[in-house]
Amino acid sequence: MHQQSIDRREYNITAYTENQVGLLNRIAIIFSRRKINIESLNTSPSEVEGIHRFNIVVVETEEVVRKIARQIEKQVEILKVYFNPNEDVIWQEMALYKVPTDVIAERALVERLLREHGARAVVIRKDYTVFETTGHREETDKLLTVLQPYGLIEFVRSARIAIIKNSQGFHHQLREFERTEPSHEVSENDYLNSRDKVFTM
Amino acid sequence: MYLNPQPQPAPTSPETAVATAEPATRTLSGAEATLHALLAEGVDTVFGYPGGAIIPIYDALYDFKEQLNHVLVRHEQGGIHAAQGYARSSGKVGVVFATSGPGATNLVTGLADALIDSTPLVCITGQVFAHLLGTDAFQETDIINITTPITKWNHQVTDASEIPEALAKAFYIARSGRPGPVLIDITKNAQMQKADFAPYQPCTHIRSYRPRPLVRQEYVAQAAALINQAKRPLVLWGQGVLLGKAEQEFKEFIEKSGIPAAWTILGAGALPTGHPLNVGMLGMHGNYGPNVLTNECDVLIAIGMRFDDRVTGRLDKYARQAQVIHLDIDPTEIDKNVKATVPVWGDCKETLPLLTGLVEARTYPEWRQRFQDHDAEEIAAVIQDELFPTSDELTMGEVIQQLNELTQGEAIIVTDVGQHQMVACRYAKLNQTRSNITSGGLGTMGFALPAAIGAKYGAPERTVVAVIGDGGIQMTIQELGTIMQTGVNVKILLLNNQFLGMVRQWQEMFHDRRYSFVDIASPDYVTVASGYSIAGRRVDSRPDLQAALREMLEHPGSFLLEVMVTRENNIFPMVPQGCGVGEIRLK
Repeated sequence: MHQQSIDRREYNITAYTENQVGLLNRIAIIFSRRKINIESLNTSPSEVEGIHRFNIVVVETEEVVRKIARQIEKQVEILKVYFNPNEDVIWQEMALYKVPTDVIAERALVERLLREHGARAVVIRKDYTVFETTGHREETDKLLTVLQPYGLIEFVRSARIAIIKNSQGFHHQLREFERTEPSHEVSENDYLNSRDKVFTM
Repeated sequence: MYLNPQPQPAPTSPETAVATAEPATRTLSGAEATLHALLAEGVDTVFGYPGGAIIPIYDALYDFKEQLNHVLVRHEQGGIHAAQGYARSSGKVGVVFATSGPGATNLVTGLADALIDSTPLVCITGQVFAHLLGTDAFQETDIINITTPITKWNHQVTDASEIPEALAKAFYIARSGRPGPVLIDITKNAQMQKADFAPYQPCTHIRSYRPRPLVRQEYVAQAAALINQAKRPLVLWGQGVLLGKAEQEFKEFIEKSGIPAAWTILGAGALPTGHPLNVGMLGMHGNYGPNVLTNECDVLIAIGMRFDDRVTGRLDKYARQAQVIHLDIDPTEIDKNVKATVPVWGDCKETLPLLTGLVEARTYPEWRQRFQDHDAEEIAAVIQDELFPTSDELTMGEVIQQLNELTQGEAIIVTDVGQHQMVACRYAKLNQTRSNITSGGLGTMGFALPAAIGAKYGAPERTVVAVIGDGGIQMTIQELGTIMQTGVNVKILLLNNQFLGMVRQWQEMFHDRRYSFVDIASPDYVTVASGYSIAGRRVDSRPDLQAALREMLEHPGSFLLEVMVTRENNIFPMVPQGCGVGEIRLK
C-alpha cells in the first residue's frame, strides 16, 4: 500500500476515437467505476480528419493506468490509447484572469507582475481587464496567487492538452486499422508484443 | 431479394445508388426494416414483451409470425434471461424486444449478467419519439446511459434510415471477439417512419474494433517450449473454449499433451466430465485436487478464462510458484489479475491447434496420481456422504446423482444461484458441450427458470432440466406463465431446503449462526404449477426419489418436481473468502 502511494504520479492518457455521441460517458465511467478522479479532460480534433482525441490526466500508479488504458482501448469506438508520464509529453494549460482595471492602472507593481508571468491582455474595459497565460500548472497557479491580493474577480483554467514527444502521429496507424485483416504491422493492442514498453513509448 | 443476406457492394454516392441499387431498394417502415434485418441475420426466435414505444415493431411482427417465433415472456428480465439461455445452448445471438422506460430498465440485470458472462445478445428497446427525448415524457428513460457500463456496445437510433446499419453492427459486435450484449434503442418515430432501404449488408469490419487479432507465432512457440519443459503442468479452462467453439481443438490439445485439466464453472462440459484428464472444478467450491495443486504446478496454462476471484481466492497466495501461459481473445484479461509469463492473445480455435502442433506427446503418471489421491480424500470427506447419504433426509447431491443416472449426462442442466448451483455444477455429469448454463460472474438469482425456457428453444432436441432453489424460483416464478402459454418442455427440479442456503451457510460459518432473514417461506409449488397447468410432484423420501425423477423426465411436457432436502447442509470443499486456494477446507 505504501509503495503504491509513492508510485502514484501524473499520467497523460491520449485516446484516439471515433466521434460518437455517448463516447465521453463510456470513457468517463471507466474511471468513476474504479473511483479514480479525472484531474483534467480535453477533447479535440486530432491530426487525422474525423478522428477525435481525448487528453485525460490522472494521478495513479503505472500499473493502474496501464489497465485503464487497455479498458479504454477495448471499447468499440476507441482506436488507440497511449499513456505517458509528464516528462514524455509537451503539455500546456491556459488560464484567464479577470482583474479590476483601476488596480492595474494605478499600481505599477501589478503591471510588472503580469509582465513577469508572460500574461497577455485579451480584453481591456473600463471596469475590468482579462489576462491570459499559457503554461504548466505551476506557472498559471503562481500568477493566480500573485493576483489574489489585487482584487482578482474571476479565474478559470483550461484542461490540459498534450503532445507526445516520441510519436509519429496517427495517419499510419489509421491505415492499419482500416485494413479488414489484421497484419503484422501491429497497431491494435501492440503492448502484447512489447508488453510493458509500448504505452510508455 | 431484400432478404438475401449476400454482401453486395455498398453504393458509394447518391448517383451510383440510383444507378445500381434501384431495383433492390424497397420502401419500408423502420419497424419492418428492423424485422428484415433480424431475418437476414438468421434470427429465428425473439423473446419479448410489448409496450407503447415498441408497438410499431410489434405491429410489423404481426405479419412475420411465420418467419420469426416470438416468445411472450411475463417480465422483461425473464425475456433477457431466456435470450441468454437460448444463446448459451445454441451458440447463436439471443434477441430481446422490450419497450421504453420500465421495459428497458427491466433488462438491466440480464445485461450485466450477459456482459460478465460474455453472452452474445442484441436487445432492441423502443424509445419515446425523438422530439420528446429529454422532456421526461411518459415511459422515457435514458436507457443508453443506464446501460453503458453493462453493454459491449449500445446505440440510439432516431431515424429509420440508420436501422439496418445499426443492427448489422449490433450483431457483428455481439457475436465477434469476446461476445457480449448490445442494446439498440429505437425511437418510436424511427420505427414508424418510411424510408427507402437498400439490400441488407451484414457488418464485417469496424475500423476502431479489432475482434480477431493476428496470432503471434513467437508466443505460441514460447508457450510450447514452457509446456515441453514442464514437470507438473496444469490446464485451467473457461468458457472461452465454448465461445470459440473450440471443444475439439481443446480435446486434441489435452489428449496429446497429457496435461490434467480443470474447469471454471462456465467452462463445464467443454471436455466431458468423465474424460480421464478432466480433474474437476476450480474455485471456491471446486474440487480439492485442482485447487490444492494449483499451488504446486510448475506451469499453469489458462485457456479462455479470466482468473475471477471466486477461482483464485487470495491472489497473493495464488500459483506464485508457477509460470503462467494465458490464452485469451480479450487483451484486457491478460495480466489483469494474474501476471502471464507468456501471453497467447487470440481466438483459442486458432491458437490451440498451433500449440498442439508444437507440444510433445506426454503423460504425467505421477503428477496425475496426485490428483487421484486428492480425489480420494475428497470422496471420503465430502462426496460419499453427499451422493450416497445414510441419513434420513435427502441431500441435493443424491438428487443430482440420481438425475445423472437417468439422463446419462445427456441433458442440459440450467442452474440458478446458490448451494444447489454448486452441487449441480460439481456433480452433474456432462457428456456434451453447451450442457451447463448458469449465471457465473453476476450470480443472478432468478436466472434459471427463464434461461431454461430459452435453452430449450436454442436446443429443442435436448432435454432441459432447470435446477433451482426455493429462493431463486420465487424471483422469476411468473415465467411459469410463459411455459404455460408456449407449451415449451422444461423440467423444473426444485431443491427446497427452506432456506436461502448459501447465505445461511456463511452465517453459520462466519457469523455465529445468526440466521438473519434467510428463513424463506414457500408457497405450495405443486399447486402453483398446477394453476399454470404444469404437472408437478413433491417428494421428501429416498424411496420415492428415483421414480419421481423418472416421472419428470418421461412426462411429455413441462414438469415441476419439488424435492425436500435437508435444511442445514453445507457446501464443501470451500476456499473461505480471503484465503488462498491451498487453504481449501474439506469441512
